[in-house]
Amino acid sequence: MKEGYITGTIKTIFGSVPLVSTVWSRSDIWQTIKVRWNLGRMNYKVEPGLYAAGNPDATSDVFVSANFKLSFDHLRRALHGINAWILVLDTKGINVWCAAGKGTFGTAELINRIKIHALLNIVDHRNIIVPQLGAVGVSAHEVKSKTGFRVIYGPVRADDIRSFIETGYKATPEMRRVNFPLKDRIKLIPVEITYGKYYLLFIPALFFILAGFSAKGYTVDAAWHHGGRAVINLFSAYLAGCVLTPLFLPWIPFKRFSLKGLAVGWLITVLLLFLNLPGNNIIEIISWFLIIGAISSFMAMNFTGSSTFTSLSGVQKEMKLALPLQIAAAALGLIGWIVTRFI
Amino acid sequence: MNGLTYLKNVVTLDLDQQKCNGCKMCINVCPHEIFGFRDKKAFIKNKDLCMECGACEKNCPEGAISVRSGVGCAAGIINGILRGTEPSCDCSGSGKSCC
Repeated sequence: MKEGYITGTIKTIFGSVPLVSTVWSRSDIWQTIKVRWNLGRMNYKVEPGLYAAGNPDATSDVFVSANFKLSFDHLRRALHGINAWILVLDTKGINVWCAAGKGTFGTAELINRIKIHALLNIVDHRNIIVPQLGAVGVSAHEVKSKTGFRVIYGPVRADDIRSFIETGYKATPEMRRVNFPLKDRIKLIPVEITYGKYYLLFIPALFFILAGFSAKGYTVDAAWHHGGRAVINLFSAYLAGCVLTPLFLPWIPFKRFSLKGLAVGWLITVLLLFLNLPGNNIIEIISWFLIIGAISSFMAMNFTGSSTFTSLSGVQKEMKLALPLQIAAAALGLIGWIVTRFI
Repeated sequence: MNGLTYLKNVVTLDLDQQKCNGCKMCINVCPHEIFGFRDKKAFIKNKDLCMECGACEKNCPEGAISVRSGVGCAAGIINGILRGTEPSCDCSGSGKSCC
């Protein structure tokens, strides 16, 4: 294995352990940008196993991570200037929190890795530091009873590791709390944009083709005129739901993401009205309110999966009402829009 | 939490104080400070802020906490409906995008 972040090896009584760089290379930064845009995100992995940062010995701390490279990269960068062991679990390339939810970052895999890599012999102490969000999958008392290692839950963010160590391995309430600041929401938006994939081509193309039809038959002029407007309206709706709503999330009224998305979608429709993009016909204008509202609302609702504070029960409650309405609105809007092509 | 709260009165979190041994693990693992502590026992102070991640239940050595945990994710719930399974964001390397 010749990965760029491995700079050498450290000899232990149980063989050699790869030593990792605690600085991001240009390639690490570039890969991070690509992954944020959903390029190769599902295959961005490091080999599970034991790694060394700095010059660790039997007294050094052990930090646990997932084998999603972005998770691993944040940990090793946070360990700059610290001598530590890194135990990477096999989470199938998924980040700590999501993998813990699935159970791959879990009690069984942690116990398994502690045994495979003979941690009992690598270190003298019996503490292992697991990122707090891993607690969703790890049962500390079970790990203790099966391996003798005491799980200490570290901070949510790897960047807090240094202060966590300085405060005597105590995560303060601030370190434990998951917020959802603008900075984090911005990082997630590119992936949201990529969700539409083929639909982003297929649906505008469909509108473009349909726009050519009228009572007079098919004309290219009509396709350009109505189709062009339709494409702009559709993309605006999409961006309202998956860019603007996440961006302004705390400041948009309503608790339900679907309503937040609807509000932004309609606001955008009003702005589009000034540019005459939803047309002049009242039926077509209403149709666009329905279509844009439905798309924006649906995309915004999907952002619940990226947010850090929505519960399963809450999202289920929200969807029970919102999803049928979104589908109905989109269908009604499409029918209305087609009707206006013929009147 | 800077105005970011979700629906009220939906959360399934429950704590049986009779069983609580005061170890504070729930407080340690909770990402939203749901639990408080008084008279050597934990109590639920901010139920509506709970995201049902399940970390507290998993780490309560006395089994005093119960919550129906799962992904608070619309795409995951749609996945579940389409396949007739539990809500799942399909993360496990099947090549699909997720969380």
